[in-house]
Order: sequence, then structure tokens, then C-alpha cells
Amino acid sequence: MEAIYKKPETLIDTPTHYCPGCGHGIVQRLIAEIIDELDIREKTIGLAPVGCAVLAYNYLDIDMCEAAHGRPPAVATGIKRVHPDKIVFSYQGDGDLAAIGTAEIIHTANRGENITVIFVNNAVYGMTNGQMAPTTLLNQRTLTTPQGRDAGADGYPLRMCEILSIIDGTRFIARTSITSPKNINRTKKMIKKGFQTQIEKRGFSLIEVLSTCPVYWHMTPCESMKYIDEQMTRTFPLGIFKDWENENKDNN
Amino acid sequence: MSTNKNQKFLLTGNEASAEAAILAGCRYYYGYPITPQNEIMTHMSLRMPQVGGTFIQVESELAAIYMVYGSAAAGGRTMTSSSSPGISLKQEGISYLAGSELPCVIINMQRGGPGLGDISPAQSDYFQAVKGGGHGDYHTIVLAPSSVQEAADLVFDAFDLADCYRNPVMILGDAQLGQMMEPVVFEKKQKTDLSAKTWALTGARGRKRNIVKSFYPVKGELEEFNIKLQKKYREIEAEEVRYEEIDTENADIVIVAYGTSARICREVLKEARKKNMKIGMIRPVTLWPFPSVIIGRVAEKVQSILTVEMSAGQMVEDVRLSVNGKCPVHFYGRTGGGIPSPREILNKISELINIKEKITCATS
Ligand SMILES: Cc1ncc(C[n+]2csc(CCOP(=O)(O)OP(=O)(O)O)c2C)c(N)n1
Ligand code: SF4
Repeated sequence: MEAIYKKPETLIDTPTHYCPGCGHGIVQRLIAEIIDELDIREKTIGLAPVGCAVLAYNYLDIDMCEAAHGRPPAVATGIKRVHPDKIVFSYQGDGDLAAIGTAEIIHTANRGENITVIFVNNAVYGMTNGQMAPTTLLNQRTLTTPQGRDAGADGYPLRMCEILSIIDGTRFIARTSITSPKNINRTKKMIKKGFQTQIEKRGFSLIEVLSTCPVYWHMTPCESMKYIDEQMTRTFPLGIFKDWENENKDNN
Repeated sequence: MSTNKNQKFLLTGNEASAEAAILAGCRYYYGYPITPQNEIMTHMSLRMPQVGGTFIQVESELAAIYMVYGSAAAGGRTMTSSSSPGISLKQEGISYLAGSELPCVIINMQRGGPGLGDISPAQSDYFQAVKGGGHGDYHTIVLAPSSVQEAADLVFDAFDLADCYRNPVMILGDAQLGQMMEPVVFEKKQKTDLSAKTWALTGARGRKRNIVKSFYPVKGELEEFNIKLQKKYREIEAEEVRYEEIDTENADIVIVAYGTSARICREVLKEARKKNMKIGMIRPVTLWPFPSVIIGRVAEKVQSILTVEMSAGQMVEDVRLSVNGKCPVHFYGRTGGGIPSPREILNKISELINIKEKITCATS
């Protein structure tokens, strides 16, 4: 019998450290599939963040580098400048990318650095036990917003795709989710396009993936998926915010 | 600028350091402006494109040090430069570079602090430079030039030491050294016998993947790694100590000073000789590893040691540890951007000689 679905070669066969129902595992599997499909395993360099994905190099069989909290875009820049023909991507959580690393992501995007950023937005700080993230929804309860996030005291959820898409240096910006096979397929397509954007040397791309943290949302995995569809997407609408292909069409 | 011949150039310490970095094979420079080291950036912005290198004016010192981290991890020769408040920001990254054993060069042309301080020369970042500065048990190799020529020469050594030990190397200068002009000849060459960077991130073609990291979550692994790091540091201490020793034979008092302070103390030595005072000097060139052994040895034969610094007294602590009670250690320093004059230092020495006489009288 022919196997139609098997473990990607780039994915290392090892027990996972992610909690049941966590989105990180899904997104990292997609990255492994894409690397296989594009046949770039031997020329890809990945950046693992600080946060629950810090051990991403346990799962992806490629050259990888760790970066301090929030700094992956700067480290990726340093790597890409040495190896302009290698494929460099950073993998970052919302605490990493939208709080401590806001300056790095904005300026790396603004330089139009030819890298791909995979931004996993689970609206919470997972690794440090569930504090508020910049992307925490209004009224969402976290360890540090016990009464729910209050705009007056805590500010509003930060919409990174919207912010980044008005920066001239960016070329492909999209937001997806992992709540259904359809959405997972779409996420894969978008991340693949991010890599292709880089391979074709078109410049900076970022794919935000709305992801789950059942543990710190205090929900079951199924409830978490529903929460993304019903609540999260209201603040963070899915879609393509910027696409070099359309830009070219507009110019014609 | 063309540096093909063994030609003499009149350059500031900043320009000479930047040019030396390029001649030493540095091709990735990332920086954020801060006085008094801006000429390094300016020089790099002009020269890097000429040699096919990368220059980025970055949004912050934090991003600059992490671009250095990335380029170092990718196997490139890379450098950043700044001055005191900027170096404070880079400390997070320097700890990560040490923790990931990545080679790079960082120039600190110190200015007065704490806080925003001022832009005049100071040596008050000594503790920060030699004691770690960032978190964790680590050391940065620290080189302290005291002339423009030496600033250039030490940049070559800094890159080689960084690669040889896979460790960040800091050049600790100050506003005076960075901005004064002196003749300089670029004679030094990049070492060619360094081992290949097989650990670097280049894409895992035809080999097992490489991982650059400083995270050791499994119990015991981090301690093991730290023990390995400490072993490397002991090796550096055994192999790489550099200093200059002047007139210590038969000296009554020996000055210990580095960088700009040592330069001023050279004048003091000249004046002292004229007055038949027996004064010598030890000038540490490496601040870490520190020339403890030579200072300890000299301490056995002299009446006292005088440490001169442009700080409220930082290196003097290492001098005291090196002397280990073998003779009195005195300190003369100016802080907050103050520069000691040869006269002030001579007065201090005269005071010490008088103290010595008084003590002798009292006990005889
Ligand atoms: C400089 C610094 N500050 C704080 C931390 C602690 N810390 C580790 S992970 C994390 C939050 C990560 O959240 P996020 O990026 O959203 O990733 P997640 O764990 O949710 O996947 C924090 C604050 C750190 N490691 N370094
Ligand atoms: S804490 Fe949340 S983000 Fe972290 S592994 Fe568990 S579910 Fe995933």
C-alpha cells in the first residue's frame, strides 16, 4: 500500500515537549513539509525564539540558531547578510515579536530584509505561565489580567499584520489560523509563499498564525480552536494584507 | 583610502580602528551613533561597500549586537562599536555571544558616566568590561590600547583571538584615544592558520546540522557547559596575558595604569627620572586576562604600587588582588570625565614618598 501521508524528512522523530492541543507543533510540522517540498533543507537556517518554541531545533533537522527574547529578526539579518543565498526564517511568539522585539521586527521589515518571519500568535505568554501578551484580547483573562484585559489599564491588542503592511519595506504579509484542515492548508500555502518570496529575492515576508494555548486559555483543545474562530478572528481578521503579486498588478 | 603600501597615515584612533578592522577581514559592521566613536561608523559606511562588506546603521545598540551575533553564527568576521551607554545596552547580547561561544569584536570608546554622563574620556567601564557586564559566569577578552598605532594593531589581534577562542573580544579605549590623531602604519596581517569554522551556520549541506545556542534546559548540562567555558578561560589566562613593563628594576614605586592614563603616566615617569625618583610602570594591555602574576612579582620588590585610573577606582581592585598584601597599594583617580595631569600624579607620588619617610622615622 502506498503511504500518502508520512513524516516529513525535515521533521525529527522525537517526543514533543508541547502541551496537547498546542498550535506550535502543527506550525512546525508545516514548516518541515514546506522545506521538504521546496527541497531547501540543506540551505535553510532557522531562528528559534525565546518562548515555548525555544526548542524548535529539536524538531527541525536544519541548521538552527537561538536568539535572545525578541531579537530573532536582528540575528536573522546578521545571518542573511553573510549568506544572502541561504533561506533564513525566524519563528516567533507574540511576546517575542510584538512586545520585547517590537523594534527589531519593525526595523527589519522596514529594511526590507529578505527573510521570512513565522509569527505564532496565541494571545498569551505560554512559557512563563500565561501572562498577558500584547495580543491578548480585550476582556481575556490571563495570569496578569485576572479581571480580563482592560483597554484603559492594559492597552489594546496589537495588530502586527496591519502595522507591518503599511511599512514600505514589506512584500508579503498574511494572517492565517490552524483551526481546521482547510485553515491548516491555507496556513501552509501562506508560509510556503513566504519562503518563495524569499527564494525569489522579493524581500520581507511575515505570516501570522493564530494559534492555541489550551493550557493558559484554560480550555480544552477543541474549545481553543473554537475560541480562535469565534473570538480571536474578530480582533485579528484572517487575510492577506500585502502581496507583491498584487502590487505588481496594480503597477501595470 | 588605499592602504596597499606600508604607508604612514595621520588618523584618529576611531578611524584607525575601523580601517584596521577592514584590513583584518571584518566584513560585517553594525552600529548606532554615539559620541565619541562616531568616526568608526562613518569610516565603515564609506569603506564597507568598497570591499564588498556589509554596513548597517541599526535602530539600536541591542539590534546591532544581535546582528553581530547572527553574522558571527554564520561564520563571518564581524564587529560593532559604541561608547559607554551604548555598551550597557549591548551587554545582553555580549552574554549571549559568550554563552554561544561566538567570535566577534566590540569597541568601547568610553565616556563619562553613570547615565548619560558626558562625552569626555573616562575609564569607568572597567568593571563592566572585565567582570562580565551581562549575566552569567563569562569573560570577554579585553584589550586596552594607549596609542593610535596600538589601537590599530590590537584590532588585528582582537579578531584573531576571537576566532581562536570563539569568544567576544572587547577593545577598551576612551574618547581621548578615539578622537586624537597620530601617525599609524597598518603593518599587521590577519592570521591565516586559524581552524575552519565547522560549527558555523551555512546550511546543512553534506553534514549533520549545526545548532548555535546557549540554552541547556536538561539538568546538569548547563553546569557541564560552564565548566567547559571556565576551562577555556583558564587557558586564555595562561596564554594571552599582555603588558608593558617600564623601569620596574630597582623602582621604589611602580605605577599600574592602562590606556590614556598610562599615556599620561609616561610623562610622569620622564619627570620623575629628572628628579631622580625611582618610579616604574606596568601597563596592562590585556585587562582580562589581567597581568596578575607580573604585578605580584613586582610587588615583592617595591615600596608601594600606585594605580592611576580615570575612574573612582576600579582596576585598583584587581591590582590589590594581584599584590595580595605584599606591599601597600595606593590609588589616584579622576572621575566623571576628569583627566589627571602629570603634575597631579607627581604630587601624589611625592606624598607617598613622604608617607614612606614618615613611617620610616616613626619606626626607627
Ligand atoms: C530578556 C528576557 N525577558 C524575559 C524572559 C522570560 N520569557 C521567556 S518566554 C517569555 C514569553 C514568551 O511568550 P511568547 O513569545 O508569546 O511565546 P509562547 O511561549 O506563548 O509560545 C518570556 C517573557 C526571557 N527569557 N528573556
Ligand atoms: S504552554 Fe501553551 S504555547 Fe506553550 S506548549 Fe503549552 S499549549 Fe503550547
